[in-house]
Amino acid sequence: MQVAFELNGDPVNADVEPRTTLADCIRDRLGRTGTHVGCEHGVCGACTVLVNGEAVRSCLMLAVQAQDEKVVTIEGLSGDQLSPLQAAFRKHHALQCGFCTPGFITTAHALLTNEPDADQERIREVLSGNLCRCTGYIPIVEAILDARSHYARDGEK
Amino acid sequence: MKVSNSYVGRPMERVEDLRMVRGRGTYVADVNRPDQLYAVILRSSVAHGTIRSIDFTRALELPGVRHVLTAGGLGDFVPRIPVRLQSLPELEPFHQPVLADRKVRYVGEPVAVVIADTAAIAEDALEHIVLDIETLPAVAGREQAETEPSLLFEGHGSNTAITWRACLGDADAAFKSADYVRRERFKVQRHTAMFMEPRGFVAEWNAVAGEMTVWGTAKTAFYNRRVLAAALGLDEHAVKLVEVDVGGGFGSRGEFYPEDYLIPAAAMIARRPVKWTEDRREHMMSANHSRDIECDVEIAVSRDGRFLGLRGQIWADIGAYLRTNGSVGPRNVAQCMSGPYCFESVDLRSSMLVTNKTPTGSYRGPGRFEADFARERLIDIVARDLEMDRLELRRRNLVADSQMPYPLPTVTPFESTNELDSGDYHAVFDRCLAEFKWEDRSKLRGRLIDGYYHGLGIGSFIEGGAAGPKEDARLVLETDGSLSVYLGSSAIGQGLETIMSQIAADAMEVPFERITINHGSTDHVKDGYGSYHSRSTVMGGSSILLAAEKLKELIRETAAKRFNCSPADVSIDGEKVSHAGNHLTFSNLSDIPLEVEASFFNSKHTWAYGTQAAYVAVDPGTGHVKVIDYLSVEDVGRMINPLTLHGQAIGSIVQGLGGTFLEHLVYDSEGQLLTGSFADYLLPTASDFPNIRSITLELKRCPNNPLGAKGAGEGGIIPVAGVIGNAVADALFHLNVQPNELPLSPPRLWQLIEEARQ
Repeated sequence: MQVAFELNGDPVNADVEPRTTLADCIRDRLGRTGTHVGCEHGVCGACTVLVNGEAVRSCLMLAVQAQDEKVVTIEGLSGDQLSPLQAAFRKHHALQCGFCTPGFITTAHALLTNEPDADQERIREVLSGNLCRCTGYIPIVEAILDARSHYARDGEK
Repeated sequence: MKVSNSYVGRPMERVEDLRMVRGRGTYVADVNRPDQLYAVILRSSVAHGTIRSIDFTRALELPGVRHVLTAGGLGDFVPRIPVRLQSLPELEPFHQPVLADRKVRYVGEPVAVVIADTAAIAEDALEHIVLDIETLPAVAGREQAETEPSLLFEGHGSNTAITWRACLGDADAAFKSADYVRRERFKVQRHTAMFMEPRGFVAEWNAVAGEMTVWGTAKTAFYNRRVLAAALGLDEHAVKLVEVDVGGGFGSRGEFYPEDYLIPAAAMIARRPVKWTEDRREHMMSANHSRDIECDVEIAVSRDGRFLGLRGQIWADIGAYLRTNGSVGPRNVAQCMSGPYCFESVDLRSSMLVTNKTPTGSYRGPGRFEADFARERLIDIVARDLEMDRLELRRRNLVADSQMPYPLPTVTPFESTNELDSGDYHAVFDRCLAEFKWEDRSKLRGRLIDGYYHGLGIGSFIEGGAAGPKEDARLVLETDGSLSVYLGSSAIGQGLETIMSQIAADAMEVPFERITINHGSTDHVKDGYGSYHSRSTVMGGSSILLAAEKLKELIRETAAKRFNCSPADVSIDGEKVSHAGNHLTFSNLSDIPLEVEASFFNSKHTWAYGTQAAYVAVDPGTGHVKVIDYLSVEDVGRMINPLTLHGQAIGSIVQGLGGTFLEHLVYDSEGQLLTGSFADYLLPTASDFPNIRSITLELKRCPNNPLGAKGAGEGGIIPVAGVIGNAVADALFHLNVQPNELPLSPPRLWQLIEEARQ
């Protein structure tokens, strides 16, 4: 069946089975492979995307549920320049293998957009829904704390 | 521009990050080939049994299903996967067939491969395969392996595959004359690497050229190519393994698994590209498990606290088959149990038992995590018995700088000797105590504050690295003056491109940005060994240094022809080549690329070392442990990139805390895996361990390689369980609770506390 939604600002449509997840649709049908699939049961958070600004696990959402919605993936968070969060992740060495990173950045972007003053405890609480096996999380938390000022100042995009 | 040794040692931001933070990395699931089909694997749901029949006729009738592959379809002989490390002829019966061959021996063992137009259709087809298995009694653990009549390999006559022995000095004599001996049992539960990116492959067979290309290799591409080529009956050079971005390794990823054969074989049969990506449940029952070791060890100590002897028996539950590196942990636990201490004698036996569980292999700090738990716990128990200060007991027995190089026990029957290369173990030990403020905090030991008992723990460790025999690098000075580096080392998420760029830029005295690193794939260099045993920086980095010398020589020769002089009279100054007032730059030196290849050979391991300390608070009502502070101090000889090294140390410690408190692959008595999702298998999350610190030192350069570096990145994890166990015992000193079995989950610790109170 056909599904049409907005992906990173562009209208897209895809022919999917009813059982196709949003993650598989974005990756396989629409070719945006920055969204990663790590567990397919909603625990690891690597597939997190933004749906109307909310952080959503795209492995737990069906593609057909995205009809007419605004979906943003990691590719949609920056152009040629790194976004403040992306730059902060690099500066603080908040990634090693990089597989979980898109999910952490989309999750953090949703958090800081809504709560630019989130403190360390709040950040850890929200991040506890995403798994990273490489970093031990400490540099990820530092990166997000560091990027907060950009959200507080101009709300980012 | 000339650059003089300015990148190595600097906390350079990683070049990899520029693509990874923007979702522009290419992991194997992101690779697609035109006209590709998809493979899905039917896995045994029975732990132990004899296959009566596999009927896949109905599966083949499903629209979109192209082929179903079973052992019967592979011809007269089902390929077995050889062992990469410590291979012995007597272990061949335990090698895994690529598809279950008459018997199934663990839940998750591949039985058939379905190839279809989409992964969803292939998964649907699994439902239509009728697999008839006559079940046999499952061997679900050590005791059954030793006592049950059920055998995994009837021809072998026993479930014990082999017993390693690690010896040093005369242990029997030491124990006879000792003033004090103490015997304890320790157990480390089955858990594993659990990297975040599921495994996968895309294989493409070019029937006309007779060439096989496989995307998705990691860690040991060249070894895997030899195995794959032999199994497919192809020449090694007709097989190309391509490494793309890799989502974590930690010892488990990149070893040769059944799927490393099955997906290329499927592509050959289908004559179309075939893609396979495992899901998480599949990963948990098919990729190597690890640890799962019990030991019964005894220590002999003199009246003045000198370690005279260490002896005992270790049992490693290796699961159903011996995997490529399945011996590493069981042998390391025997060789490394004495660790950084002078034991006058050692006699440890380590038996590998086959059971009906997923086979095991290396996981970061293999054998050492387990050995250190036993040893560091034992030392604290000795200190308690002898009423000695546990710091003083350690100081008295740490190997002294003056004793270097210091021999480790010799392991047989795959004989290997080893020696600690260098180090000031006492200095690092004291530095850790000072940074940790051990003395100030000692006041809190055993105190009950706000309902929590507070305690401190300590442990020292050694970290082996830089396994031989060699690594290859090829350097190409391109005609535009840029430098391409081709390496046998593999990138598994550790930041290899950045590290090697730093080393190459310094060696060639050119700017960092002029370097491109190409790694992992089998067509980059003639031969390569890859990334395991904390070896890529030392081995790959040293091979770059050797190649850089050769390249400079070639540059001089090339310039000499242009200048009409002797190569010895050409000077290289950054990217400028000069003779007698005439100058050329790298970009106008030659019309063709200048290319050299070099190998760095090494027969001696590097031994990084350190000390870790923990401050914990134990809730006696729930058994929950809060890690209030955790510090690691490690000497790695020489740091290439403090930023990435620090990151790996912290990440490694948190993995160790996961293995200490949370992670457990649980089986029932029928050999069914009970932990098949992230809801059951608990990894550390962002809210679990916020207080971890790491200090890296460059005290003693490694004498055995031109970088002076020691392999690092595994060190953090090694002593964690011992340090935490000691801290918990310290907090509960008044109850004499001795946590000698992992994981230290709240129910287990609560039970220990309750038992101690009764």
